[in-house]
Parts: sequence; structure tokens; C-alpha cells
Amino acid sequence: MSGIPIQVSRCGKTFDDGTRALEPIDLEIAAGETIVLLGPSGCGKTTTLRIIAGLESPDSGGQVFFDGADVTPVPIEKRNVGMVFQSYALFPNMSVAGNVEYGLKVRGMPASQRTARVKEMLAMMHIEPLAQRQIDQLSGGQRQRVALARAIATRPRVLLLDEPLTALDAKLRDSLRLEIDRLLRSLNITTVYVTHDQAEAMALGDRIAVMENGRIAQIGSPQDIYCAPASSFVADFIGTMNRISGEVHGNTLRFTGGIIPLGADSVGATEVMFRPEDVQLVPAAIANFSGKVVSSFFLGDHTRLVIDAGDGQWVTVRAQQRAPFVSGESVHCAIEPGAILKVTEIVTSP
Amino acid sequence: MSNTRRSLWFWPLLAFTIVVCAFLIVPVGMSMLAGVTRNYFIGIDSGLTLEWVIKVWTDYRHTILLSIQIALACLVWTLLLGVPAAYALARANNAATRVIEELLVMPVAIPGLATALALIVTFGNWGGFRRSWLIILVGHVLFTLPFMVRSVLAVLASIDLKSLEEGARSLGASFTQRFFGIVLPNCRAGIVAGSLMVVTLSIGEFNMTLLLHTPLTPTLPVGLADAYASLRLEVGSAYTLIFFVIIIPLLIALQWASQPVNLARSALQRRVPSTP
Repeated sequence: MSGIPIQVSRCGKTFDDGTRALEPIDLEIAAGETIVLLGPSGCGKTTTLRIIAGLESPDSGGQVFFDGADVTPVPIEKRNVGMVFQSYALFPNMSVAGNVEYGLKVRGMPASQRTARVKEMLAMMHIEPLAQRQIDQLSGGQRQRVALARAIATRPRVLLLDEPLTALDAKLRDSLRLEIDRLLRSLNITTVYVTHDQAEAMALGDRIAVMENGRIAQIGSPQDIYCAPASSFVADFIGTMNRISGEVHGNTLRFTGGIIPLGADSVGATEVMFRPEDVQLVPAAIANFSGKVVSSFFLGDHTRLVIDAGDGQWVTVRAQQRAPFVSGESVHCAIEPGAILKVTEIVTSP
Repeated sequence: MSNTRRSLWFWPLLAFTIVVCAFLIVPVGMSMLAGVTRNYFIGIDSGLTLEWVIKVWTDYRHTILLSIQIALACLVWTLLLGVPAAYALARANNAATRVIEELLVMPVAIPGLATALALIVTFGNWGGFRRSWLIILVGHVLFTLPFMVRSVLAVLASIDLKSLEEGARSLGASFTQRFFGIVLPNCRAGIVAGSLMVVTLSIGEFNMTLLLHTPLTPTLPVGLADAYASLRLEVGSAYTLIFFVIIIPLLIALQWASQPVNLARSALQRRVPSTP
């Protein structure tokens, strides 16, 4: 099973009640690529997925191409996609094997081939012992495996996953995320994955499209998105980002807590951002700025410190030190020079 | 449970419950007993007999068979009309469907006599139709359809119909394939409960049928009224006995079918008070 390229062209969506769910967007997905649509609820990510699936039709002018062919008027039944729903949408009137077999049955595949394929899929998802179980006898994680097995059993050209891990608890999410990753790599199938969880997006996506208010705010590799966010929205959405504003003095930014050097990229900025892990706790002599500990959380492999750097500008620091911090204690911080980003607001094209 | 001390109220409440149950059940038992008593006015001392039951079966068999025939035909029509209607209402689920849902119960809320009168006023001149059992069937379908629709709708509302259908569509299932393979099997409990309700209500329906029947098309309840009014009490009672033999297994089945999914609760909540 190998993937096909998908092209989304000028696809917007206005619902019957006049709500604009999606501004016309363009999206190119390469064959075999995993693209993650990431964003808060209401950002249009699920609508985009449903347009690609064929469950929603785009506003006029929008087109969807599978492998170069226009599939816009083709209903989902005929698009040959595999889909995993947030609610799993497993059929309660059928056993696990019955669910996995359903897509093959409606395609009219002979019974002997169906049995073999179902067996293969159950083995792939490690759920052979559950074959004859009813759906209401399964745990959340088991249901998710069945939903995946069912979606890929028909050897779809495209795999679409709508928040597949949201309903699971954190530990299960981690292990299933690994499993989905392994599955996507081994199938080499074009995948669109919708989530609001940035860790999931970073782990699974070849590329991530961060969405905001029905637009794509930034699209790029996980490294691009994390290290070079195109807007403060993207920066805030992915991981934790500190922000400091102050006055520009030459190539430095001055604020109550200290002085931050501005690099070539950020010269002239009155507001800068940096990640907690790019801050080091250092002796006062070589510090960029100082502040007082507001709170500290010992998290095992590191301690998360929140520092008041003056004027109520709070900075989060990822400290390696294991000794406990005391509230109100003075700490001194240095920022990796290359890690300072200028705050730029995204310029939305008309 | 066994070692919990019973409250002071336990015995008075139990006694009260037994009295109420007796008040409701004794007349039924007395009537059934009367149906097999040789002479009711002398009492049970006169001896037991099946004479009356046999007499009813000989003289009124046609009413019993007609009632069963109407009930089954009524079931077929309520299934054909009610299940797709419930599906359409569940799918659309907007303000208009809620109005339709309320309108559907009108035939239940309006006295049966009034509905029957309306049917006669409208179809009175359609000679063949008016004289046949079909006009009774139409009345029964009108009266029982809401019970089928509501029963199926209750189940459809409790499952995630939209996701299930989208799941089936994503796997390539056409409308027919998913309607028969996914939708119907998943509302089976509602269909079973609705069916038993329809058959039970149709067999026992009297108000409407009294006006709609002709001397050639008396149903079981109409025949029963006739027997009580014009024949010996024992004959009417034997008739009641036969009615119970038919209806009680249906009621038990209804109860049983509604258990697993607690349909009884949702159906009761959604049902309007029945006609007087």
C-alpha cells in the first residue's frame, strides 16, 4: 500500500447558518507524507479533514485532488479513504472481526480473502485474541486499535485520523502514539492527522500545519515550527514561550530585570521570545537578567521555575538543579544568544 | 441486605402494597374464574367447566382471528412507516422535526372516538372501504404509529447515529448497505419494543373500533363488549380469559424486550397519557 499525493486548492467552508469555519486554504501533501493539522478547537482543522475525506464539500471554487484527479464531487464512499473518528464509530452490532471485515464485505471481497485480511489486520494491531469480542467489552485503547485496523483493512489510498487519541488517558496515549507512528512508517501511506495536542503533532508529523481561525498560520517540519515560529500564536501554541518587552538601547533590550542582547535576527525589537530550556541559571556576574522565584515545580528530570523578572514579567525556566528552590529567592539567568526570537505578528493575506 | 434492620414502616407499607395489588388483581382473577364457573350466581360450588370457553371459541372465533389479523397488518404498516420516519427525524434533528414529533402523538392525545368519527366523516362514502376491515386498520395504524416512532427514535437518539453512518460511508458502504447493515441492527431493541407495543395496543383497541367496525367486522374487544352486554356473565368472562391468554404473553415479552436497554424508562418518559 503506497500513498498518493493530495492537493487542497482554495477550499473554504461556510456553514448553512453563515458561520465561516474555514477561509479558502491551499495545502499540498506529498505521497506517503504524514501531515498534522494542529490547532485549538474551532480553528478549522476538523473541517479541513472532513473536506479531504469527502464528508463536507468545500464552498464553490474549492477543489480537492487525489493523485492529480479532481475528487471534489466524489462522495466519501467512493474516495477509498480510511478514517478513524474521535468517537471511534465502531459498529456495536458486530464483533471486532465483523467491524474490521465490514469495509471488505461492502466491497464484495470473497469470504476466504476477507478472513485472511482480517487476520492480518488483527495481528498487525496486536488484537487477535479480541476477534470475537463485542465492542462494548473493549477498553478505550482496544477500541482505538480496532478502529485503526478497520480503517486500514481496505488498503485505502489515504488515511485520515480525527483526534484519535483524545479520548484516552495520558499513559495509553503515549503507547498508542508510538504504535501509530510505527504503523504509518511501515504502511508509507499518505496521512492527515488532526489533533490539538502539540506533543502528538511533534511526534507524528513529517510536517505540521498550525491552524488559527480558519487559516493556516504556519506549515513546516516540527523543527521549523518549534524553533522558528512564524507568529506569536504559533510560538505560544507549541510548547512554552517566554515573552519580555522593554526598551531598545542600541543592540540590546533593556527591562527592569536586566538586559537582553539582540542578535541580527531580532535587532530593533521591543518584544522578544525565548524557550524555557534556552535559559541557564548562572552566577550574577555573567547573567543577562535576574528575578525572584515565584514558584517551582520539581518534575523529576528537571525543575520548572517561574521567575518574576520585574514589572510583573514572568519567565519560565527549565532548571537542571535538583536542590529545592525557595519562593522569593533571587536567581540569575543567561539566555543562549541564538535562541532569542523577535515577536512578529502574522500578516494575513487578504 | 439481610442484616439491615427493617424500618418501623416496613410492615404497614407492605400491607398497603398488598391491599392495592389485591384491589387491582382480584377483579381480574374473579373475572377469569367466572369464565370457568358453571353458574356464577351460585358460585364456585356449582363446579368448574370449559363449556363457556368452548362456546366463546365457537361463536366468537372470527373476532379473535380478525383482531390478530388487524394487529399483524398494523405491525407491518407501522414498521414500514414508523422506522423510516424515526430514522429521518433522528437524522434531521432540528426544530421542524421536534414539531413533527409532537404532531405524531396527536392521534394518541385525541379521544379514539373523535379520530374514528373523523375517519367516518372523510371515508364514509367510500362504500367498499368503509365496510371492510381496512378502515379499522387505518384507525389502528394512526393510533399506534407514534409508539413505534418514539420507541425507535429513543434508541436512535441514544447511539451516535451520525458517526456510525460516517464510519460506514468511509468504508465504502452505500446508503442501502448502511441502512440495513448498520442502522436497523443498531435500533433492533427499539423496533422489538415498538412492535410489541403496537400489537398489544391494536389487539386491545376498543374506542375507535367501536365506531369503525360493521356487524361483519367485529374485533375481539367489540365482541367482548357485545358478549357482556347481551349474554350470560360467564360467557363474557370466558371471553376475557381468552383475551388474557393472548395478551399476557405479549405483555411479558414487551417487558422482557425493554429490560436490557432500559427502553421502558425512555419510552415511558416520552409517552403522553393514553386516551380515556
